[in-house]
Amino acid sequence: MGETGGVDETPRASDELIDALGRIGVRYGDAPPVVLPTRPDVTIVRAGSAVVKAHAPGAEREPLAARMRAVAGPRLRGILLEPVTGEVMTAGDRLVTVWPAGTPVDPEDPDAAPWEAGARLLAGLHAVPAGALPPLPPAGGPARVGKTVARLDAGPADSAAARVVRRAFHSLPGLPGSSGSSGADVRRSAPDRPSGPCSLAHGDWHLGQMVRHRGEWILIDADDLGVGDPAWDLARPAAWFAAGLLEPQVWHRFLAAYRAAGGCAVGAGGDPWERLDLPAQALTVQLAAAAVAAAGREGRELDEVEQVLIDSCQRIVRFRSACHSADTQ
Amino acid sequence: MQCPKCRGNMRTYERNGVHIDQCDGCRGIFLDYGELETLTRMESQWSQQHAAPAPPPPPPAHGAPGWGAPAPHYGGHYGHHRQRSWVGMLFST
Repeated sequence: MGETGGVDETPRASDELIDALGRIGVRYGDAPPVVLPTRPDVTIVRAGSAVVKAHAPGAEREPLAARMRAVAGPRLRGILLEPVTGEVMTAGDRLVTVWPAGTPVDPEDPDAAPWEAGARLLAGLHAVPAGALPPLPPAGGPARVGKTVARLDAGPADSAAARVVRRAFHSLPGLPGSSGSSGADVRRSAPDRPSGPCSLAHGDWHLGQMVRHRGEWILIDADDLGVGDPAWDLARPAAWFAAGLLEPQVWHRFLAAYRAAGGCAVGAGGDPWERLDLPAQALTVQLAAAAVAAAGREGRELDEVEQVLIDSCQRIVRFRSACHSADTQ
Repeated sequence: MQCPKCRGNMRTYERNGVHIDQCDGCRGIFLDYGELETLTRMESQWSQQHAAPAPPPPPPAHGAPGWGAPAPHYGGHYGHHRQRSWVGMLFST
């Protein structure tokens, strides 16, 4: 899947890369290789029952190898898809991993998306303490926000929307790259004990991160798996709901299913936004930054959905400055 | 007596020994010298006598965050459910 409303940022995969992935595919799979559509920085080839993934250019071997060790072990079985082999291979300058093929959520029918299944899988993932797995790097969520905002600097002319996104970013406390003050809620973006309960996060959850495999939904993509606050895994739907994009009933179904499954990222009762506010605001900023960058690349105005994200950033700025002045009174 | 603000007719009432002049036109109230102090004193006496435990705070609304889109905003976007950028966002990093 592409970046939000985006076009390819990186050149299309070379024939050489596709051939190399195909050769790996036929070794593990049982049908001629075909290229699957995915985000522009990743290339995926399917050979029947096996899927071969070339990770984004510049991906580092050791963090990926650590994540492969974690998902190849028994603790995440039934929650996060187990690879065909735990080995990290190479094709040219790209790191390559091999996975069983599954059926993704149908993007043509988002109303039928398995929100509850996703919530239960996340609750199950979050119940595994990071300390029960081979050592893992930090989860990928918080660092991506600043990286996405930094991409605005490489874009065309500075726009009002880009300024709102930057202002919202710098109003957020304690994110990498943000000049926001470090407040009490910073600590929450890291778990209390990095190997204790509630310390594991997928790091990049959305509807494209589930497939149906052997009749059951299962999480996929270990690229951002790691030690971190699991509330970040709920942050995308929370951001969509807060922006007014995701229907309230869908959000409440998702949240109720997560809580019913014992999910630890938000308490069983009480106000979930105590834990969700910062990650959901951060994801709003990230989604808005990606949208502004995409519109800039394509030389077009923001569409209505993208504008809703900018409006949400504006409310974040107002909310954060109101909280800040209340704190200092 | 005439209202100093809107020139309407002021009517005199007595409430617990306090004279209050209220305008029939703009409903403005005029207090004589010392009457505001009398009201304040009476109010504090009343609240001391009725020092009951504070009412419990209303149950917090956990529905939406303080920075969320105002409620009427919602319906507007669901019609664009199928909009390419929205569906793309649901499925992409």
